[in-house]
Amino acid sequence: MLKQAYAFVCAMALFAPCGGHAGQTVKIGFPIPLTGEIPKVGESTKFAAELFREEINAKGGLDVGGKKYPLEFIFEDNESKPETAVNVTLKLIDRDDVLAIVGPQSSRQAVPAGAVANDNETPMITPWSTNPDATKDRPWVFRAAFLDPFQAPVAADFAIKQFKAKKAAVLFEISNDYSKGLADHFRIAWEKRNGKGAVVAFESHGPKDQDFSAQLTKMIAAKPDFIFLPENYSFVALIVPQARDLGYRGAFMGSDAWGSAELMKLCGQACRGQFFSTHYAAAGAKGATKEFIDRYNKKYGYVPDDVAALTWDAVTLVTGAIQKAGKLEGDIRKMRKLIRDNLAAVTEFKGITGNMRFDAQGDPIKCAVIVAIDEKGDFTFKESVCPQ
Amino acid sequence: MELFLQQCVNALQWGSFYALIALGYTLVYGVLRLINFAHGDIFMVGAYIAFFVSTAFLAPDGVFGFSRELSLALTIPLTMVFTSIVGVALERIAYRPLMRKGAHRLYVVITALMCGLILENGNLALLGASRKTLPTLLDKNIYSLGGVAVTNLKLWVIFAAAFVFVVLHFIVTKTRMGMAMRAVSWDKFALPLMGIPLERVIVFTFILGSSVAGLGGMLFAMSYPVLEPYMGAMTGWKAFIAAVVGGIGDIRGAFAGGFLLAFVEIMVAAFLPSTFRDLFAFSILLFILWQRPTGIFGKPLTTKI
Repeated sequence: MLKQAYAFVCAMALFAPCGGHAGQTVKIGFPIPLTGEIPKVGESTKFAAELFREEINAKGGLDVGGKKYPLEFIFEDNESKPETAVNVTLKLIDRDDVLAIVGPQSSRQAVPAGAVANDNETPMITPWSTNPDATKDRPWVFRAAFLDPFQAPVAADFAIKQFKAKKAAVLFEISNDYSKGLADHFRIAWEKRNGKGAVVAFESHGPKDQDFSAQLTKMIAAKPDFIFLPENYSFVALIVPQARDLGYRGAFMGSDAWGSAELMKLCGQACRGQFFSTHYAAAGAKGATKEFIDRYNKKYGYVPDDVAALTWDAVTLVTGAIQKAGKLEGDIRKMRKLIRDNLAAVTEFKGITGNMRFDAQGDPIKCAVIVAIDEKGDFTFKESVCPQ
Repeated sequence: MELFLQQCVNALQWGSFYALIALGYTLVYGVLRLINFAHGDIFMVGAYIAFFVSTAFLAPDGVFGFSRELSLALTIPLTMVFTSIVGVALERIAYRPLMRKGAHRLYVVITALMCGLILENGNLALLGASRKTLPTLLDKNIYSLGGVAVTNLKLWVIFAAAFVFVVLHFIVTKTRMGMAMRAVSWDKFALPLMGIPLERVIVFTFILGSSVAGLGGMLFAMSYPVLEPYMGAMTGWKAFIAAVVGGIGDIRGAFAGGFLLAFVEIMVAAFLPSTFRDLFAFSILLFILWQRPTGIFGKPLTTKI
């Protein structure tokens, strides 16, 4: 009987260990895609975050109101699935008692997870999500990336200039908020510039598809000047070679989800010479950006992608908001509220992905970069497009 | 018209993969009355084995440093051998002990489902989530025949599916082992009395089914060079449906069902909005099953296989 009671107390202690210890460390939760469709995105997030944590903790911790608190990052795998993203975000908020959430990365997970964070009044900042719905009417949710309504016209203008294109074809993933949203915004932008019917093919596919020959055959038959692919890199590596096999010779234009360090490994020769819009270009970076790239490269052996850079900025924003609070104690709800208010109060921020201003919705206004994939497979800077 | 022919070629290539997987389902079902739900994942394992074998062989990174042609020629049989070892291991470890204890078939089917999940997640734990890509083993040539684009690889895939079908059909209908397989499906209990080694026949069936899945996995990895642990799950499910629509237990049915499913999928995506592909495709298959519950080639409770 005593033994059972003891076991019960132990079990309780396992589930609620945090009550007395709040304030010892600065806890931030990361619901990120460590497995599933986009594992490299999760890896980049984790690597960038750990680089940040090591730097701060080497100095004794985060300086809040004159006292140093070590950073504690909790990484949870959202399996690249919306439903898992919701569950792990809830777990981070309820069980791990994190002060703030950084992530999820893809809009497909960030849109539903943002609802959870907002309902539970926990500040969340998604580094990479570009779909407007992630932050829309959610005072607790922020982001570090630009928005698709901005990215889509950037891609459209560049295609007109670079390919002298009049007709566009689009292929997107129907079940992905990011892909679908960007495809829709692109269609609006393209038809505004080239008239109705200028998008000659607008095709979709499912989340587990591997063969796109039916859609591509249809698209190629419509004779587009280029194909717009707002897709995750793992799909890009399948779609581009398949289109070539079907005899398509024209250009592709991609979006920021192309920018993973893994794209060239999977896609190889076929993706060279294509362009995509993204958040930053590693080649030719200067100042703090260059410093970050060098340190990341030295530690992990490859050049960080845009996810890593945006994560760095997002973590900088969150820790900055915690520092501004000036103290770290008391009620976790009040602390979260304080962090949210500080995040909302940020109007200008100098990040390694460029300078950004924040609008009323909590969305940054910042420049986009067009990247060309050169003959060696490196992502090189082509041009920068800033909002007026 | 060109468009239609192009879509037919697409369907033939895609259907070849369904057919190769469906053949494995149908062989095991025909002999054991067991739906081997791990089969889609054995297909995935085949793709990964092809990846490891070919990277080990191929110059300049491989251990052996062979040329492309030689690597390809060696990878095909080795992939089939290793994949069939995995298939037989599953039979040994998971299915045979249950069947020896006389467990109901339902439990064996559930075990098969679990084995599939173990293979997927074991792969994830062992190799990590990052995708693999098969090295180029075959220089791709694109031929244009009257506006229809075909690659040499696609032709090989279609040829391989047809060849495997012919070979399997021959084995099952014309050889002594095939006769034994058919005998197992007739009466498992009378068989040992006739001096036929039941378990050896079962192992042979698993070798056949898994090596075909291995070949399919390798060709798949060559055609769609992004490997991930869950790649076999969805394709395997669909191939299973194809086998059922064709009439599970009949290898003509698996072959026909695989191509039928691919044609329906591709043509729906080609002439209707692609968003509705699976909705329409599977409604059509449902209708076929509704009309013929035993599938196209299936016969109600007579000889299977």
